Amino acid sequence: MSGMHDFTLASARDALKARKISAVELTNAHLDAIERLDGRLNSFITRTPDQARAAAKAADEVLAKGEGGALTGIPLGIKDLFCTNGVRTTAASKILGNFVPPYESTVTSNLLRDGAVFLGKLNLDEFAMGSANLTSAFGPVENPWKRNGSDAKLVPGGSSGGSAAAVAAGLVLGATGTDTGGSIRQPAAFTGIAGIKPTYGRCSRFGTIAFASSLDQAGPMARNLQDCAILLESMAGFDERDSTSVDTPVPNYEAALTRGVKGLRVGIPKEYHAPGMPAEIEALWQQGINWLKAAGAEIVDISLPHTKYGLPTYYIAALAEASSNLARYDGVRFGERVNGSSLDALYEATRAAGFGEEVKRRILIGTHVLSSGYYDAYYLRAQKVRTLIQRDFLNAYENVDVILTPTAPSGAFAQDEKPTDPVQMYLNDVFTVPASMAGVPALSVPAGLDARGVPLGLQLIGKFFDEETLIAAGHVIEQAASFTHRPAIHAGVSA
Amino acid sequence: MSYRITGNTGEWEIVVGLEVHAQVISNAKLFSGASASYGGEPNTHVSLIDAGFPGMLPVLNRECVAQAVRTGLGLNAQINLFSRFDRKNYFYADLPTGYQISQFAHPIVGEGKVLVDLADGTTREIGVTRLHLEQDAGKSVHDQDPTRSFIDLNRAGVALMEIVSEPDIRSPEEAGAYLRKLRQILRYIGTCDGNMEEGSMRADVNVSVRKPGEEGYRTRCEIKNVNSIRYVMQSIEVEAQRQIEIWEAGGEVDQETRLFDHVRSETRSLRSKEDAHDYRYFPDPDLLPLVIEQSWVDELKAALPELPEAKRERLEQDYGVSRYEASVLTAEQAVADFYETVAKGADARLATNWMLGDFFAALNRTGRSIEDSPVSAEGLRELLALISDSTINGKIAKEVLEDMVETGESASAIVERKGLRQVTDTGAIENSIREILAANADKVAEYKSGKDKLFGFFVGQTMKAMKGKGNPALVNETLKKLLSE
Repeated sequence: MSGMHDFTLASARDALKARKISAVELTNAHLDAIERLDGRLNSFITRTPDQARAAAKAADEVLAKGEGGALTGIPLGIKDLFCTNGVRTTAASKILGNFVPPYESTVTSNLLRDGAVFLGKLNLDEFAMGSANLTSAFGPVENPWKRNGSDAKLVPGGSSGGSAAAVAAGLVLGATGTDTGGSIRQPAAFTGIAGIKPTYGRCSRFGTIAFASSLDQAGPMARNLQDCAILLESMAGFDERDSTSVDTPVPNYEAALTRGVKGLRVGIPKEYHAPGMPAEIEALWQQGINWLKAAGAEIVDISLPHTKYGLPTYYIAALAEASSNLARYDGVRFGERVNGSSLDALYEATRAAGFGEEVKRRILIGTHVLSSGYYDAYYLRAQKVRTLIQRDFLNAYENVDVILTPTAPSGAFAQDEKPTDPVQMYLNDVFTVPASMAGVPALSVPAGLDARGVPLGLQLIGKFFDEETLIAAGHVIEQAASFTHRPAIHAGVSA
Repeated sequence: MSYRITGNTGEWEIVVGLEVHAQVISNAKLFSGASASYGGEPNTHVSLIDAGFPGMLPVLNRECVAQAVRTGLGLNAQINLFSRFDRKNYFYADLPTGYQISQFAHPIVGEGKVLVDLADGTTREIGVTRLHLEQDAGKSVHDQDPTRSFIDLNRAGVALMEIVSEPDIRSPEEAGAYLRKLRQILRYIGTCDGNMEEGSMRADVNVSVRKPGEEGYRTRCEIKNVNSIRYVMQSIEVEAQRQIEIWEAGGEVDQETRLFDHVRSETRSLRSKEDAHDYRYFPDPDLLPLVIEQSWVDELKAALPELPEAKRERLEQDYGVSRYEASVLTAEQAVADFYETVAKGADARLATNWMLGDFFAALNRTGRSIEDSPVSAEGLRELLALISDSTINGKIAKEVLEDMVETGESASAIVERKGLRQVTDTGAIENSIREILAANADKVAEYKSGKDKLFGFFVGQTMKAMKGKGNPALVNETLKKLLSE
C-alpha cells in the first residue's frame, strides 16, 4: 500500500476517476498513516475515521457511476477553525470545550459538495494566534522535517501548523488553512509544501471562527500548486452570508498552472532585504529571481516604502479586532463555563481558565489599543498606515504583475528555540503581513533546503483576484526548484 | 409663556434632550433572518447569528435600512448616502457577541427637525441631531429563580432606530409633545408601531437646569429607558427639581446615568461617570460601509405616505375644517383615512360634526378603536347620506347610529326595518297638524293673541304625533301656514 503515499491530490484524483484505485483504499491508507504517525506529530485534534470511511464508500459509489465532483474521494484535513456540522470544533482552545457546531462553514461545505473526504480536524495555534503552533491547548505540533543529524523537534510554523505537518507527512492529500498575517504561507514554507492565501473576500468566512475579521482568509495547503489550485477552485466563491465575500467568478485555477511567465513583470521590493536575514535566504531569493528570469520574466526593482510599518500596524489592527471577536466566548451560551458568584465573576473565571497565555496577551493588547485615549494613537493610525501599505501595492502593480520575496526570515526552528520575547516571535510574519494588510493574494512555494536540510519557501504576491498569475509564476519556481525532498517523518517512509 | 421652576434662589429653566429608541417594523432582524415579531416563547426567535455562535456573520437587512431612510425623510432630515456600522463593546449576559452593532461615527440620518404643537396654540421646532440603526439586546430575567438569571434572546438583534434630539426641549409639556409627534410620524410612515408598553419605543432623557438667560449648559444627567410619555414628563420634573436643590445648596450635579422610579416619583443613580463603560467603538469589520444611492432615496421618498403636517393642511383646505378639527382628525392616519372616506363627495361639515361628535362618542362608549370600529366608514357615509337627502332627520339619525353600533346593520336597513323614513308628504303633515290644533284650541287662541313661544309647543306635539319622522322644515312651514289661517 506504500504506493498510496506517492500520490499528489491531482494524480489521486485522476487514478480515482480512472478507477485504478478506490476511494476506500486511498482513505484507509491515509487513516493508517495517521494512526501510525500522528501520535508523534499531533497534527490532528479530532480524527473522524468512521465518517471518513463512510464518505469514501459513498465516493466510490458515485465514481462507479462515472460521476463525481472535482474532489470525489480525496482525503483532506480541515483546520480546526472551520466549523463542521456534528464534528467537534475547538479553535485549539479550551474555552470551546466540546463545542459541536450544528452547522458547516461555507468553505468546508464547498469541499463536501465536490466530494472531498474529511479525515478530521487539524491542530493550530489557539484561535490561530501564533507562528509556531506552540499555543494550542491540545499540545504543539511537530514538524515532520528534521535537521541533518539532529533529532530536535522542529516547529511546523503557525498558525496552520497541523495542516502543514499533515500535508508534509502525507497524512492527507490537502488541507484547509487560514491566513491572517501569514498563517498559511509561513507554515507551508516551514514544511516544504505549497499554500495560497487568496485575495481577501475570495473565500467566504462564514462558519470559520474569527481571529481578525478584516484579515482572515481561508486558503488551500497541499504538496504542490496544482493541488492547491484544485482545492482553491472548490473553496472559493461568493457567499451571501459573508458581506465581505466578493461576487466575482471563480476561474479555472488549475488551467492557469502552465501559463508560464514569459513577459511577466516581477517586482523585487528592496525593503524585504531585512537586516540580519540569513545569507542562504538571500541566496534563495536570488535563485528565485534567476529562475523566473530564465523562464522569460522581466525583473523589476520596486519599492514598498511602508513595509517596515507592516508588522506593528498588523499587530494593532488584528488584535483590536480579535479582542472584540473573542468577547463571545464568555461561558454563557456554549463552550466551557466556570461558575462564579456574579456574572462578572463567571466571565472572569471562564475566560481565565479557557484562554491560553498568548490569546490573553492579544486580547489585552487589542483592548488597550481600542480604549478611550489610545484609540487615535493606535487603532486609527494603524488604519491609516494600512491604507498606505495598500497604496504601496497598488502603485507597484502599475509596473509589475507579481512580487517575489522570501516567505519567512528563517527556516523552521526547534520547539525549544522558541523566542522568549513574544515580539521576537511576531517577527516571523514580517514578510507575510504586508500582503494581508493590503488584502492582496499571496502564496508560498518550497524552493530549496537550508544548510541544515530544512525547507525554505519563496513568496509571490499578486494583484487583487489575480490568483491565476500567482499560480502560473509559482509553478515556474516549483518546476525549476524541482523540490522532491521528503521530510524525515512521512507516510511513505517506513518509520 | 416659558416654563420655569421656582427655587429658593429664583427661577430656573430646564434643558432637555431625548434619545428615543424606536423598534423598526420589519419581518426579520437587522442582521439575521430570525423573526423580529414581538412576543413568542422565550428563545424561539433566535438564529445562530443572534446567539453569537462561532463563525456566524451579520448580513444587513435591506428593509431595515429602507425604514431608517423613510423615517429620516419624515423628520425632514439629511439622508447620509455613506454610513457605517461600528461595534460597541461591553459584556453582558443578554448581549451574545459581547458587542452591539450600532452606528457611532457615521449615522445613516443626519440633522432634521420636528414641529410640535403646544396647548397654547404655539408651535415649537425641536432639532433632531441624528438617527442611527442599531441592534437591540436580549432580555435578562432575574425573578424566576433565587440564584440564577434567565436570558431570552428573542429581541437580540432586532433593529432599533435611535433618534437623538438637540437639547431644544424646555418643558415637560414640550417633551411630551415631541414624543407624541415623533410617534405620530413613525406610525404614519409605518416604521415603528410606537407602542411604549411593549417597549417598541422608549426614551433616554437628558436633563439639566440653568438660570434663565444663562449661556451654555450645566452638567446633565441621563435618565435611562423611560417607557411612557407620562413618565418622561414626570421624570423631567423630579430630576430638574433634584438638580435645582443641589445647585441651590451650593453643590455640584454629577454627570451620571439614573433610573426613574415612578412609584416613588424619584430618580436614582445607576452609575456615575467614572463607572461609565469604555465602549471601544470601532468599525465592524464583518460589514462593508453602507453606501446607498440617491435614486433609491428618491424612490422611497416618492412612495412615502402623506405626513401629518401636510395632511392637516390639506384637510383644512379640502373640507373646510378648522385647524383644531384637522389636528384631531389627523392624529392617527387611520382616523384621517376614515374621515376622508366619509367626507369625500358628502356634506363635509356634516361629516366633520358627526365624526367628532356622535361617532367618536360611540367609539369611546364601546371602548373600540378606529381600526376595529363597529361602524365602517362606508356605513357612516350612508347614514349621513340619508340625512342629506332628507330620508331621515338628524334626531332619528342618532338613534339609527346607536342601532348600527349594536347590530352592525346598515343605516338603510335599520331605517326600513323600523319605518323611520321621514314623512315629507305635506298632506300627511297637514292632517297631523290639524288634529293637534283642533285638540288644543285654547293654546291656538293664546298663540294668536301674541304668545309666540307656543310655536315650539306645536312643533313638539306634531313631531311626537308623527313619531319623530316629520320633516322638520315642512312641519314648521305647514304650522306657520295653518296658524295664520
